[in-house]
Amino acid sequence: MFHSFGRYLLLLKLSFKKPEKFSVYWAEVMREMVSVGIGSLGIICIISVFIGAVAVIQVAFQLSSPLVPKSIAGSIARDSTILEFSPTISALVLAGRVGSSIASQIGTMRVTEQIDALEIMGVNAPGYLISPKVIAGLLMFPMLNIVSILLGLLGGYVACAASNDIPTSQYIYGLRDAFNSITLQTSIVKSIVFGFIITSVCAYQGFYTSGGALEVGQSATKGVVYSCIAVLFADLVITRMLL
Amino acid sequence: MIEVKDVHKTFGENHVLRGISAQFHPGKNNLIIGGSGSGKTTLLKCIVGLHEPTKGEIFYNGENFTTMNFEERVPIRKEIGMLFQNSALFDSMTVEENIMFPLNLFTDQTRAEKLDRANFCLERVNLKGKNKLFPSELSGGMKKRVGIARAISMQPKYLFVDEPNSGLDPKTSILIDELIAELTEEYQITTVVVTHDMNSVMGIGDHIIFLHNGQKWWEGSNKEIAHTDNQELNDFVFASKFMQAAKEKL
Repeated sequence: MFHSFGRYLLLLKLSFKKPEKFSVYWAEVMREMVSVGIGSLGIICIISVFIGAVAVIQVAFQLSSPLVPKSIAGSIARDSTILEFSPTISALVLAGRVGSSIASQIGTMRVTEQIDALEIMGVNAPGYLISPKVIAGLLMFPMLNIVSILLGLLGGYVACAASNDIPTSQYIYGLRDAFNSITLQTSIVKSIVFGFIITSVCAYQGFYTSGGALEVGQSATKGVVYSCIAVLFADLVITRMLL
Repeated sequence: MIEVKDVHKTFGENHVLRGISAQFHPGKNNLIIGGSGSGKTTLLKCIVGLHEPTKGEIFYNGENFTTMNFEERVPIRKEIGMLFQNSALFDSMTVEENIMFPLNLFTDQTRAEKLDRANFCLERVNLKGKNKLFPSELSGGMKKRVGIARAISMQPKYLFVDEPNSGLDPKTSILIDELIAELTEEYQITTVVVTHDMNSVMGIGDHIIFLHNGQKWWEGSNKEIAHTDNQELNDFVFASKFMQAAKEKL
């Protein structure tokens, strides 16, 4: 385990060495941002709307006492969505979509000698292959998180409108009531850290693949599993530190 | 010139290379031959720096390559072209982008200049007009030729070729061999070819090194190979009935 962690840190160090040519790397960063950001928008939109709607329905069900104001459901759904549902559940879904794609792409390049070809040309292969993906993750995960928050809250509104449990005016009042910006800051920090973890851990798994097609699949699976565990651990640490 | 001095390579308990020394000269097709598991590809990977030798030294024009770090090796690597066994073309790029890739990273040429160079290289390997195809749209022989075009795009001093004929029909194999030999002579490149194809050996083997059990067992040219009394080499060269028949006619 310590050997792997040390190798992971060394790979990261290699990945962020000075690029051979900035313009070529910049083009790669842009390409990865489109792949990570635009490519993941569909799945993020779908899960966010449903999670937001389900969150409001469940809170409304649990707070059915006449002594509790109905607007509280909006406040609870807002904080849950901002702090946990959007950054963490989105990250777990993105680990499956983005992480497995990164691990299998780099793993395939390894077993088909494309990484050897880069190294023989004198290209810093970790820098060329990994740094654009990590930078794209760092930039796009927070943006996807913001989209997820907005759509989650919209999903809650739709759930209120579709049932008579909570009036939409109460829900909106609850969303605006006693909002603390630290929740949003924590959420953004979480998404940046999760973006880094998912892209770098999966890239590491792909980069050190050896063998053939079977091992590429195993690397993708390992990348997703390890990054999900690391995301949950980081979630706990960040929540404890910032709240 | 490339010089290999007493190179050893072990993987765990497996001693693959056992003290190989050799010289590879410019303008010649230097062939490394031997049976499966004899250490041919390992030696090639040590020479290009994909494997670090456990012991021994490798010199490029007198410069000790083994003691250099990654940055120090970059100038030498810019002078190296390599054709891999499976071509190793970048899947996500077109033929043209594959050839222009090293030019994009290591030169300040304009796009038009890079395109001219890519077209020249493609024409040189008889693939004019295939610029926009992706590797998945090419046959095995075409992939090899694009691999060669990419390898010569930076006008290399050293060309390394790993099993150029694997998976190709005899006619295409001969075309690839002829192309390698022409480029070597034309640009006076130091070419090192790893092969176990006897057509290549007899066709372009100016300088041949035969490896057996990780050791250099024999060294000579294609003219000398048919008359050697080295038992292991004879067993390797004349393993096929075709070659046995050819030997009887000699």
